[in-house]
Amino acid sequence: MQATIALAGNPNSGKTTLFNALTGARQHVGNYPGVTVERKEGLCSVGAHTAHIVDLPGTYSLTAYSEEEKVAREYLAQERPDVVIDTLDASNLERHLYLVVQLLEMGLPLVLALNMVDVAKSRGMEVDAEKLSELLRTPVVPTIARTGKGKQDLIQRAADLAQQPVNQTPLVISYGADIDKALLEMQSLISEGAFLKNYYNPRWVAIKYLEMDEDIIAKGRAVNPDLSDRLTAISARVAAHLEATLNMDPESMIADHRWGFIRSIIQQGVITRSNDSDRLYLSDKIDMVLTNRFAGPIIMLAILYGLYQVVFAYSAAPVEWVEGMFGWLSDTAAALLPPGMLQSLVVSGVIDGVGGVMGFVPLIMFMFLGIAIMEDTGYLARVAYMLDRVFKAFGLHGSSVMAYVVSGGIAGGCAVPGVMAARTLRSPKERLATLLTAPFMNCGAKLPVFALLIAAFFPANEALMMFGITLLAWMGALVAAKILRMTIIRGESTPFVMELPPYRVPTFRGLATHTWERTWQYIKKAGTVILGISILLWVIMTFPGLPENKTAEFEVMRQHVAASYPEAAAQELANADEGAELSDQAQALRGALAAVDSQEAQAALRNSAAGRIGGALESVTQWAGFDWRTNIALVGGFAAKEVVVSALSTAYSLGETDPEEYQTLSQTLAKDSSWSPAVALALIVFTMFYAPCFVTVVCIAKEAGSWKWAAFSVIFNTAAAFILAVGVYQMATLLGY
Amino acid sequence: MRTICLRSMEQKQGGTIKTVKANGELGRRIRDMGLVPGTRIKVQGRAPLYDPVALRVGDFTLTLRNNEADYIDVDVE
Repeated sequence: MQATIALAGNPNSGKTTLFNALTGARQHVGNYPGVTVERKEGLCSVGAHTAHIVDLPGTYSLTAYSEEEKVAREYLAQERPDVVIDTLDASNLERHLYLVVQLLEMGLPLVLALNMVDVAKSRGMEVDAEKLSELLRTPVVPTIARTGKGKQDLIQRAADLAQQPVNQTPLVISYGADIDKALLEMQSLISEGAFLKNYYNPRWVAIKYLEMDEDIIAKGRAVNPDLSDRLTAISARVAAHLEATLNMDPESMIADHRWGFIRSIIQQGVITRSNDSDRLYLSDKIDMVLTNRFAGPIIMLAILYGLYQVVFAYSAAPVEWVEGMFGWLSDTAAALLPPGMLQSLVVSGVIDGVGGVMGFVPLIMFMFLGIAIMEDTGYLARVAYMLDRVFKAFGLHGSSVMAYVVSGGIAGGCAVPGVMAARTLRSPKERLATLLTAPFMNCGAKLPVFALLIAAFFPANEALMMFGITLLAWMGALVAAKILRMTIIRGESTPFVMELPPYRVPTFRGLATHTWERTWQYIKKAGTVILGISILLWVIMTFPGLPENKTAEFEVMRQHVAASYPEAAAQELANADEGAELSDQAQALRGALAAVDSQEAQAALRNSAAGRIGGALESVTQWAGFDWRTNIALVGGFAAKEVVVSALSTAYSLGETDPEEYQTLSQTLAKDSSWSPAVALALIVFTMFYAPCFVTVVCIAKEAGSWKWAAFSVIFNTAAAFILAVGVYQMATLLGY
Repeated sequence: MRTICLRSMEQKQGGTIKTVKANGELGRRIRDMGLVPGTRIKVQGRAPLYDPVALRVGDFTLTLRNNEADYIDVDVE
């Protein structure tokens, strides 16, 4: 028989480290249905047997307020693991016992991992494991998860308990005369009615009714509305009585008594201190510098900038390797396949699509590595603490800063890892508002578009314009977040109550697993969808092709061009190897032929579905000063923002252009009569705020847990961007630009 | 000994929680972290913009916003 062991514990208890130590590489990460909480499982050998280990999300308690707590509680109640291991931080025992008490009240077979005994010792604390075990009537095993010490003993104890289940009676705590009396009354009603008996024990259900736990009451009402109402009535009666006599509600009363119970245990000599408890730990001393009123923000800016460097500068080379590899694949496929639709589909649709997905991988890996370092050292919590006041004003949370910075808060980021960075936020409303607004930041792919337009129309004020653009992105994102939080994601801010965990040196294994499993999730989940959409985009930019008579016209033009040059030049061009020196005549002919190709490409693009969409939209987009060429470019920009530049180039018959080399295009635009600084400003604003590229959109869907939000971000952003662009264009035109 | 609101406590000032008036989600979060009557706390520091506040509670540090601290009264020495 394979025993199932669930790992429970507070955040920062070393639970994840313990999970990694127990399971090694034999893990599997998924999601709980319907929520974005990760479900991690793994296997561990115990003697000749294998145990199945489930790592529950880290929680302080088992109330059902956060997704994590709901998931943990539901798992424990519904799936009934054979044993639960609760990981405790020995250097912070009192707080960690709150979860233990709740697990014992649920009547779950429990083994306690008294973790970080080394840290406790270094802080002058000694925890008497035997005494604790005796007082709680639960096995306690001292461990040091970082080194793996005690893990064999722990898993053995858990396996023993799984094999010979002792009849665990739920812990009974007295909550004062009034509540105890009501509990007995409710308990007998519950037992008689066999109410919710498959999942929970009667006393626990009664406690939840007194705590007015919405989740359990809803479940109760569904199976037996009559009994549920009677229980609610008793609960209301007790609440009214407590309110009148003690000015308290049952829920606080219960919590106070639980803490009283924990203190009574601690006071029976479980902890021996050889130190004054007011003593400053090393962690507090570090905090005196890192969260200092003056030095703190400066150091934080430096660290965020450093993170940015790590993510973008160091991932540049691997990104190039990946792109190089896919470039080679494209070339090979182009050489092997005959020119035509199949070649175009394989090269432009499939290989470029997969390449686009894989090109983000090094970036995402480095970003998650950087965030894992910040998270595991405990610094991320300090960043949230220092910046919360600013972000709170816009309905966000101090932790929102990570997503913004990575998305391009410092120009040149990327919204894909940025949206994924919003995971570090534990408050659902703030997380949603953050990940919907982070794509407004100026990612690296928008920069060539800005550079092009600035070079064409504002060459004198380059630096100032770039600074203004960065500032505008921040303002746009924060204001949009505020608007979202006041309308569709309205509601009280999630309480900030947050632990500042002690600074710790991260373990290599912890960083590696964190980074790898998140990156793999991106490849696995986003990858397939992104490939599909990239083929779809290829289709709308390609079909329907030019009608045959049009293609024939271009062929005739080519022949005319060739005929106007001497025979020798044509011969030379046909026979020349790639990169060979050509005579002036042959070079001129090659240029003239390329011009025809470009015109054909322009005509084909104009005729494609994307071109037709662009043309049809012209009547609307003229309000922002955009003609069909710009529209096509913007449609293409949905694939990746840098496509805006290359698509514009095709639309202006300039042939294929490297997005980094935009001089010719910028000169063309500067001379074109349909362009003006007003149009350029409007396009800058539109590019900044309109629909995120589809890779980001897919990530939004995955992170927000629903395609509804992905669709929302496309529609809302495009509408908002259009209104702003029209405003800018009309205003600038009025002012004479 | 006098009772003041947690918001108006000064840096490094210590005390014992007297009442927690919050209910609902905030109340639960506060109690889950052990901020209940009888708990000893000490103001560890404040963020650069004076909000949130960092508290030492037993063997750990936790932060809460000033408008959340308003629900907590403390007996200070």
